[in-house]
Amino acid sequence: MGFNIESYLPDQLKNNIILFYKGNVDSDVINHILDTVEDKMIQVNDQSRLRKKVYNVLVESLQNLYHHVDKVPDDFEDQTSEKFGMLIVQKVDRGYKIITGNFVKADNVERLEEKIKKINRSSHEEIKELYKFILNHQRISAKGGGGLGLVDIARKTGNKLEYTFKEYNDKYSFFYLDILVNEDN
Amino acid sequence: MEPIIIEGTPKTPTVRFDAAEGIFEIKGRSIPENSVEFYKPIVDWLDGYKETPLNKTVVNIRLEYFNTSSSKCILDVFKKLEAIHKAKNEVEVNWYYEEDDEDMLEAGEDYESIIRVPFKMIEIVE
Repeated sequence: MGFNIESYLPDQLKNNIILFYKGNVDSDVINHILDTVEDKMIQVNDQSRLRKKVYNVLVESLQNLYHHVDKVPDDFEDQTSEKFGMLIVQKVDRGYKIITGNFVKADNVERLEEKIKKINRSSHEEIKELYKFILNHQRISAKGGGGLGLVDIARKTGNKLEYTFKEYNDKYSFFYLDILVNEDN
Repeated sequence: MEPIIIEGTPKTPTVRFDAAEGIFEIKGRSIPENSVEFYKPIVDWLDGYKETPLNKTVVNIRLEYFNTSSSKCILDVFKKLEAIHKAKNEVEVNWYYEEDDEDMLEAGEDYESIIRVPFKMIEIVE
């Protein structure tokens, strides 16, 4: 199989990586990643405002993986991970990039892309209103997600959600979400 | 009525709801993967308290972080409090946030705009 999830990552993502993980995303892994990144941010003396935003975005992105990833394709190298995901945390000027990756079934691509496009079209005020609307009207799904993760990320960072879908085969795509958390917002 | 007391963990908050004093507190981090499981006993307890509440209930929310799945459960807690308030009992929510944490202040304002109970936003200055 010629597909390598890392080979699609842009070159500028190769420097200043403070954390790289790929594998099963379970509760212990989430705890460990959160502790590691929090410790690193304290070590380098980031402002607490930035630290909190990064921490919040990390929680939401990891729990998005935990609640929503589709099963990996049958011929993918890692068959043992029930919830396979990838996470990169990169230090950039005045902030951090958080990149996640996971498989999405071809049937689910359009719905996810529509959701992101809707968020990206919205102003900050509209995102706040959307958040409140979902909070007040949508129940927690069977998978345990509240449907608020991406909206919350967009609201807290004030940045557009960058994303790519790379086709794996006719049934699966690999979804990269690229989130910038910086001091300017 | 027995108080409900839950000790905090790195992912779940400390909870102390004392029916005799009418003082309820949620404090710390609320970022569990399964927040419904965590909050269900609290929401159930409030159903009991709602039957014979004190004239005045004070609710202190002092969260450092909470995830979006907790945000729905916290709304459920507030909805129970709203019902108590609607039945002509005094309920007051003190929403604490750290001075540089506008996101936490905004989160409090979201609830204030949804729930018909008086909120006080209290800035914690270190």
